[in-house]
Amino acid sequence: MIGPLVGVLFDGFAYGMLLFLLSVGLSVTLGMMNFVNLAHCSFAMLGGYVTVSLMNDLGWPFFATLPLAFLAAAAVSVVLERVLYRRLYRASDLDQCLLTIGIVFVSVASAAYIYGTVQQPVQMPDYLQGSFVVMGVNIAVYRLFLVGAALAITLILVAGLEYTRFGAQVRAAVDNQRMARGLGINVGGVFAVTFALGSGLAGLGGSLAIAIVGLDPSFAFTYLIYVLIVVSTGGLGSIGGSFVAAALLGISDVAGKYYVPQLGSFLIYLVMLGMLMWRPAGLFGKR
Amino acid sequence: MTVLAPASAEPHRYLQAQIRWHGLEIAFWIAALLPFLLFKTYLVLASQIAITALFALSLDLILGYAGIVSLGHAAFFGLGSYTAGLLAKLGWGEPLTGLVIAAAVAGLVGYAASLVIARFRHLALIMITLGMGLLLHEAANSASWLTGGADGLQGVRMWPLLGYFRFDLYGVTAYTYSLIVLFLVFLASRRLIHSPFGLSLRGIRENPVRMPAIGAPSSAHIRKIYTISAAVAGTAGALLAQTTQTVSLEVLSFQRSADVLVMLILGGAGRLYGGILGAIIYLVARDQLSGFNPQYWYFWIGIMLIAVVMFLPNGVLGGLAWLRAAWRGKTA
Repeated sequence: MIGPLVGVLFDGFAYGMLLFLLSVGLSVTLGMMNFVNLAHCSFAMLGGYVTVSLMNDLGWPFFATLPLAFLAAAAVSVVLERVLYRRLYRASDLDQCLLTIGIVFVSVASAAYIYGTVQQPVQMPDYLQGSFVVMGVNIAVYRLFLVGAALAITLILVAGLEYTRFGAQVRAAVDNQRMARGLGINVGGVFAVTFALGSGLAGLGGSLAIAIVGLDPSFAFTYLIYVLIVVSTGGLGSIGGSFVAAALLGISDVAGKYYVPQLGSFLIYLVMLGMLMWRPAGLFGKR
Repeated sequence: MTVLAPASAEPHRYLQAQIRWHGLEIAFWIAALLPFLLFKTYLVLASQIAITALFALSLDLILGYAGIVSLGHAAFFGLGSYTAGLLAKLGWGEPLTGLVIAAAVAGLVGYAASLVIARFRHLALIMITLGMGLLLHEAANSASWLTGGADGLQGVRMWPLLGYFRFDLYGVTAYTYSLIVLFLVFLASRRLIHSPFGLSLRGIRENPVRMPAIGAPSSAHIRKIYTISAAVAGTAGALLAQTTQTVSLEVLSFQRSADVLVMLILGGAGRLYGGILGAIIYLVARDQLSGFNPQYWYFWIGIMLIAVVMFLPNGVLGGLAWLRAAWRGKTA
């Protein structure tokens, strides 16, 4: 009785961490910079395709592809930020939504053009495959790795934003742009780097996620919804909030599908609506 | 976005001037009859366009006039579709009463939703509308005993329209029916938004904080227009179900909500004709472009969307109005 329950809890938590890895970048850009970036999962998809291409076509090891996925997504996002996004920082939510939906459409069609609409084969290295049993609970190695990666990234981000000079500049630029500018902080530059960081994290999350959720051009749309749910229920700009929300969401999704499969994703959406109505700014939202 | 009245004009005079029919408007509705003569093979597409235009019009009422962003408006479209489809399947295939019942059901659910909607703005609002749309999509998917699930609703049999006009394969009845409904709803919406009620909606869009301060009941207005918009969306959905005699799960999808938003923005929100024009451009372009590469159609629609947001903030109609103003300024 306890075994399956713990198993479901672990799988749900691992799935939640996967969602967290995908959404933490959006928590940085949407939360900090207040930009409704629906194209976030397009950057994640880019990271996924970079990993797949390097592994399958060039035979790179999995871990070597991760930094490149991060860099590729970050580089593309900087170009887009300088050319398109920057002009819309003060525009309405609707305009930001529409611009980024446009980017999603373009990215989905481009991915279909280059890679076709089929699922990409993802072969993880041997040492990340398989599973072991601890006290009657079956634990997949890759899921454990995901949990570890998510915890490490959380620690690095929280520490980076709280205790470094750059983190302080980001927070200053977010809280009061004019004052920050007056103090000599290059607000445009800080935003560009923050944006690149957020999108790079998306790319990294994408390449970590594909081994479990697969990769095809519809990725940018499918996971967009989950990512938005995580960020909006967790609270804008709160990395800890995203972490908690992602964990809750992952566990309730896996548990829901395990115990009441006929409900499908119904439960998740219901939980999200309830949470948003209860706290429109999210669980840990300040604004 | 707003047409500014000269400060001296009396409010009645201003409203009167807005209500007057423009020559171009009359020309537009006459042109809507052209497919019967010129493009007889495209009547099915024309009826799709009329239905989608009606759907875009419903979104325009809340987005363009009251400033309520919705990423889940397909919920009401789908509700109307399923209501009309199920009625016909259960043996009541009369189109007009089916249409009215479907609109009433969508309006009722819209009213219930509006109680929630009126309390939120910004990102929370976007997420809540999105969530409601997804919730309904999942519900319809799960309740396959009622809706047929992913296979769609089979066995919808419509009776002839007014007991005489059958829904034919070429779409003659379908287009006539859709166009008449679109025109009637359009007339009603035109009257509505040029009324003092419509004016106060625009006030809410421009400054949601100030409207309650000058004594306008913002939330009540939002509830009203949201209910109306939901009923219109339901009507559009019912039209689709009745003219195609099938209902697929796609009527509730996020894709449909996103598409209609794109059309409205493309044409120009807050102008009534924007949604109609957007639907025409979008569906005709899709019909033509997907002829040679169906998969990559979204590439072009994405590029169009980015271009509109960056260069034509008020859509195609807004761009035309700007050109006209510039031209007048030069000649005057």
